Amino acid sequence: MTKSLLFVGVGGQGIILASKILTEGLVKFGYDVKMSEVHGMAQRGGSVTTQVRFGEKVYSPLIGEGEADVIVAFEKIEAARWINYLKKGGILVINDYEIYPQPVLIGQETYPHDIIEKIKEKVENVVVFNAAEVAERLGNIKTQNIVLLGALIKALGIESLDWESVIRENLPEKMHDINIKALKEGMNLGAV
Amino acid sequence: MKKIMTGNEAIARGAYEAGCTVAAAYPGTPSTEILENIALYKDIYAEWAPNEKVAVEVAAGASIAGARALSAMKHVGLNVAADPLFTMAYEGVNGGFVIVTADDPGMHSSQNEQDNRLYAPHAKVAMLEPSDSQECKDFIKEAFDISERFDTVVLFRITTRIAHSKSIVELGERKEVKVKEYKKDVKKYVMIPAHAREKHVEVEERLKRLQEYSNTTHLNRIEWGDTKIGIITSGISYQYAKEVFKDKASYLKLGFTYPLPDRLIREFASKVEKLYIIEENEPYIETFVKSLGIDCIGKELIPICGELNPDIIRKALLKDSKKEIYKIDVKIPNRPPVLCPGCPHRGIFYAMSKYKDIIATGDIGCYTLGMMPPLNVTDTVIDMGAGFSAAIGFEKAFKMANKKGKIFGIVGDSTFFHSGITGLIDAVYNKSNVVLVVLDNSITAMTGHQENPGTGRTLKGDISPVIDIKEIVKACGVKEENIRVVDPYKLDETEKAVKDAYNSEETFVIITKRECALLKDVIKKRAGRYVRVNHEKCRKCKLCLKVGCPAVFVKDDNLVINKDMCNGCTLCLQVCPFNAIEKVGEWND
Repeated sequence: MTKSLLFVGVGGQGIILASKILTEGLVKFGYDVKMSEVHGMAQRGGSVTTQVRFGEKVYSPLIGEGEADVIVAFEKIEAARWINYLKKGGILVINDYEIYPQPVLIGQETYPHDIIEKIKEKVENVVVFNAAEVAERLGNIKTQNIVLLGALIKALGIESLDWESVIRENLPEKMHDINIKALKEGMNLGAV
Repeated sequence: MKKIMTGNEAIARGAYEAGCTVAAAYPGTPSTEILENIALYKDIYAEWAPNEKVAVEVAAGASIAGARALSAMKHVGLNVAADPLFTMAYEGVNGGFVIVTADDPGMHSSQNEQDNRLYAPHAKVAMLEPSDSQECKDFIKEAFDISERFDTVVLFRITTRIAHSKSIVELGERKEVKVKEYKKDVKKYVMIPAHAREKHVEVEERLKRLQEYSNTTHLNRIEWGDTKIGIITSGISYQYAKEVFKDKASYLKLGFTYPLPDRLIREFASKVEKLYIIEENEPYIETFVKSLGIDCIGKELIPICGELNPDIIRKALLKDSKKEIYKIDVKIPNRPPVLCPGCPHRGIFYAMSKYKDIIATGDIGCYTLGMMPPLNVTDTVIDMGAGFSAAIGFEKAFKMANKKGKIFGIVGDSTFFHSGITGLIDAVYNKSNVVLVVLDNSITAMTGHQENPGTGRTLKGDISPVIDIKEIVKACGVKEENIRVVDPYKLDETEKAVKDAYNSEETFVIITKRECALLKDVIKKRAGRYVRVNHEKCRKCKLCLKVGCPAVFVKDDNLVINKDMCNGCTLCLQVCPFNAIEKVGEWND
């Protein structure tokens, strides 16, 4: 069975690195994997998404509406923006974190702060936590992407694989300990 | 050894394994990482050229000299390089010559959606289209062989989803290919009319041989499944088709797509009941199939505009739209791309935004985002270089019609080297009363920080001379008194330069000089710096919001500056009339 997942968030949040670590791990564990990312116009501040599909044999790197088994939203409203891609019964992992887009900053549009409640009214399987807070407690806010990756791995039910070794193989040595901790915290938080 | 790679990484690997010796490119999404990765192989000379035309000509020279050579660019880059492409099609090659064109269906980061497959029949060169990373690597090797065997340039066409998708690749070894002997041959390499007339005949003969090859090569293959439906497809569309139809259809999967295989298409079509053509953008394959008198279904059901995906194909061909999806009734604010916090381009845009009669002809780069509110500076964006040259036309038209308005043309440093200089020369030569602005951040920023002639470093990381923009401007004949070089973090001097330029009646040039805020060294240097709002002094006039920085916003009716995003550029501090914004952190200069 091919599994499909979607990472969504804002440029600068470490989404591409998190998807890279995930795909390297999936390859290591013997899956056929395809991943797709789009480099948008702005280096920072625009919407960023990556898609990962894995299984025995994967053709399309792209998924369609209603096809993601798991969506990991690195920012609250991005979860809502991409909700139509979630499969019925799929899991939505939301980082309880707000980054205001420019139209909100200049007062042209309003930020829907109650978006998570609105999502919970519709979606059965929602996992919400503040990964930035967890990462800051661990000592580096930049590890929030790995906390979220941990939650995703748990949601996918592939937490028994040796993800520690994948972290070791893909990050510089001085980043190993903190990121392994971040991954474990994420796995604990990722249960539906 | 197996590795997961993007298409671009795999193309670089393929070039390495194929014994490529020289590679040249100009950065452009989604092609940029091809040369960045080629540069990692010490056996290949790799360079950033100032533009795509230069890049193709560098590679053409290397090919004639006997080396296997590659050039890569985004789709619109091939327009710039079309001139050498069309004539190299006549001259042919010595060492194999492959040109990669990275098209952008869906326009994720492009100004148009042109389908460069149409260049192959127009220029009369062979074309290959891979459909995943493994094929990117394998087909590049095939492309070099085909190029040498048929004495032709090979166009290697990929799209964003091939370039930026990762899939598994089996790596191979490098095959050493000696740089061939160069023999002077003016009939082949000097395209005067007499030689070109003979060459054109040869090109037509070559196309016949290539078509024969197309009918027999393993690059074009039939995968038999259910014969009720037959699908002809290529590139990423093949993957989407397989995803949707699996073994419930038969496939003619085309990897060699110019010339198209007429006999193979006839054979395939004769054995299936219904024939679909699944391709992105233009009906390139479909038109050919129809020209053979074969009935097929393509663009009447599959959209021309935008990128395809399995969903679109499913809905178009299977009328399958029953799928349940989640929806919520909340207005979700847009998240358009914006100039980064601390972006050095912001200062001059802010200074220009105060003049309501400035018309700004913009260009391709991060600074296109000057068009976004609240800055709203930039009236036109056409292509690389038009920031300068369109300004001249605008100014001349207004002058002829006695209309008022001051025209500012804007290009970045990399764009200046790419094709801004010719516009500058035109402005001076034809005495255009325009202001030409070079936003010099010392790097090609939008594509992800590639070196350029102003950086002082090459693609390979070697130190090289910095081409001085101001000296070029002077050498082109702009008077010294009409040139300003300013630090765009210093609003006073930037505003003064804009004012002087606005009042000038001669060609005027402003160069804003400040490194991109996202360069690693810059981030390191400014790491401790930020500014904050002193709420006792703040009168909530919101003037600081006018600079359009994502780090400055209103929260719970108070103005706030996000300290993690702020890099202490101090633009907001400088516009605050109440001194309510203060520097915090470590400031050593």
